[in-house]
Amino acid sequence: MGLPEYNEDHESNQHHLAGKQRRHNPKLALVLSVLFAGLGQLYNRRYLKGIIFITIEAAFLVTMLDFINLGIWGLRTLGTIPGTDHSIRLLVFGVISLIILAIVVTLYVFNIRDAKLQAEKIRNGWTAPRLGEALREAYERSFPYLMTTPGLLLMLFVVVFPLIFAILLAFTNYNLYNSPPRNLVDWVGLQNFINLASEPIWKDTFISVFSWTIVWTVVATSLQIGVGLFLAVLVNDSRVKFKKLIRTVLILPWAVPAFVTILIFAAMFNDQFGAINRDIIIPLTGGEGLPWLSDPFYSRIAIILIQTWLGFPFVFALFTGVLQSISKDWYEAADIDGSSRMQKFRFITLPHVMFATAPLLIMQYAQNFNNFNIIYLFNEGGPPVMDQKAGGTDILISWVYKLTFDTNNYGMAAAVSIIMGLLVSGFAFYQFRRTRSFKEEGEI
Amino acid sequence: MGQQMKSRLEVTGIYLILAIVFVVIFYPLIWTVGMSLNEGSSLYSSSIIPENFSLEHYMWLFSSESNYLTWYKNSLIVSTFTAAGSVILTSLVAYAFSRYEFVGRKNGLYVFLLLQMFPVMMAMVALYIFLNMIGMLDTLSGLILIYLGGQIPFNAWLVKGYFDTIPRELDQAARIDGAGHLRVFFSIMLPLAKPILAVVALFNFMMPMFDFLLPSIVLSSEAKYTLAVGLFNFINDQFANNFTRFAAGSVLVAVPIAAIYLFLQRYLISGLTAGGSKG
Repeated sequence: MGLPEYNEDHESNQHHLAGKQRRHNPKLALVLSVLFAGLGQLYNRRYLKGIIFITIEAAFLVTMLDFINLGIWGLRTLGTIPGTDHSIRLLVFGVISLIILAIVVTLYVFNIRDAKLQAEKIRNGWTAPRLGEALREAYERSFPYLMTTPGLLLMLFVVVFPLIFAILLAFTNYNLYNSPPRNLVDWVGLQNFINLASEPIWKDTFISVFSWTIVWTVVATSLQIGVGLFLAVLVNDSRVKFKKLIRTVLILPWAVPAFVTILIFAAMFNDQFGAINRDIIIPLTGGEGLPWLSDPFYSRIAIILIQTWLGFPFVFALFTGVLQSISKDWYEAADIDGSSRMQKFRFITLPHVMFATAPLLIMQYAQNFNNFNIIYLFNEGGPPVMDQKAGGTDILISWVYKLTFDTNNYGMAAAVSIIMGLLVSGFAFYQFRRTRSFKEEGEI
Repeated sequence: MGQQMKSRLEVTGIYLILAIVFVVIFYPLIWTVGMSLNEGSSLYSSSIIPENFSLEHYMWLFSSESNYLTWYKNSLIVSTFTAAGSVILTSLVAYAFSRYEFVGRKNGLYVFLLLQMFPVMMAMVALYIFLNMIGMLDTLSGLILIYLGGQIPFNAWLVKGYFDTIPRELDQAARIDGAGHLRVFFSIMLPLAKPILAVVALFNFMMPMFDFLLPSIVLSSEAKYTLAVGLFNFINDQFANNFTRFAAGSVLVAVPIAAIYLFLQRYLISGLTAGGSKG
């Protein structure tokens, strides 16, 4: 109803203002907006927008400038007077200032671009819609930003900020001996990484923990996938009865909280009074039982076995779902061709199963690489090893935990976590890049 | 005859293997239940079939002497808010990423992936300092806030993958009929994405329930503990001495959780494979 009227209005306006509009200068709008955010918008006669920008910049200058100044100074020096300057607090302020600065700069650049584009449009004979119309349009265009803002803001502070902080920490000498408030922390460049690579005690620990982490990830994950696949195929056999009951039981270890089961296994594997030694090993073989918790080799075996127990049901459930969806026609065709059971498994079952679940299986590897709970809750990474800064079953992540919370060697802990992050992301990125999500374009 | 014999042998073999697996699965579970029913608190004198059958540990958990019920309540609070909040936040983010073109969309997806790769442990020191700064250390709301922010990268990815499988024609048709952005979101996308949203809700209900690391760092007073921290502290110091109590506490947690899981696992798996493999 209102639309035709509006159009007429629009045209007459256009005619009337044509001369003035041609003289409208985008460069001037741009310069004005560079000088002070919002001025260009005022020049463009977008008063509401201009006032909002002016308010934002003024508020920023009044309240935040000192904070950011201090933050940047703190980030550069990490404090100068021991006892007064708290290096870590300065580091935190520094990171937060950087984040605020990034947001403000983005807004500022947006303001300049907006002023210039709008001025150009005005010169080409465009008149601003009325306020209501303009707000509606703004809502339309900013909708995806409105949707994502609450989540991303939270993520910024809970995920991104800690990550930046930790990355910076890796280049400092923050540890027990020079921790604030009594002492200052200093930037040391790559010293932590150099120590990891060259100082014997760090190097030996890093190499042994790293290689055990790889062995642990590959063996434990492959074992749980293997067992899951084997049992899924077994139960899927058409001659097996009570399928539903069997499947329910096989999923049980997944359903019971892992936190609880790990602690229970820790008790069962206890060297002196654990049920494994007391009820199984000693009656079978005699002797003292096996040193499950005090010998690194046996601890590792125990942890891998426990993880298999914990992890196979998920894979089993996953595979069972896929197996049921494979059409019988495939197998019938294979039967006619006279193929063996092995061939059917190799050329029909396996490709189907792997195709449908590959990303989830990759995630299983990544999860075990970072499986802190089982290592820490079973034996706290123990038993201790001579001439090393980590225990016999410590994987990288539990070692980082110990470096952080037991020996307070924060800088080194951060350095090790960066290495871990790069490893996992390198591996996963290579795998995920080929998935479809990236190719799909979004447009409504 | 030979064929039939072979088949029967095979089936017997399958059942035999399954029987062994059953024993391996049930042994630790039954052992725990057995322990929890033993009299006295020492693991040395306890056995899988209690000599003196007793419910004393269960009674103790419910007595005013223990904080068990408080921990249970805390865990439920944290889990409920995390589950509800994460469904709302994540579906909003995933909807924007699935259906709109905006600055930073593609890079945003990469960033989500990248953020998942770095170990959570890395963030712990910073999170501790951050919560301390805003005065939310040792509070349940601080814990919930961290869970909510932390789950976004992974779950947004999962839900976006699922949204992508919902035909665009559906929301385009609704748009032509005059439905606004939010209308399309609430009356078309959300109902169709129920399976994956259920998965997100369940994961984010279970994860805080049994996360040990973060609460052990954030929460320091015993009245604020969640179940995982509380139960761990049962046996942390005097491992052998409190184990029967720990076992009783564990049974009371594990039974309802296991029941929920077994009941929902079918939906879980279908939701995961749909979102995961296509995402």
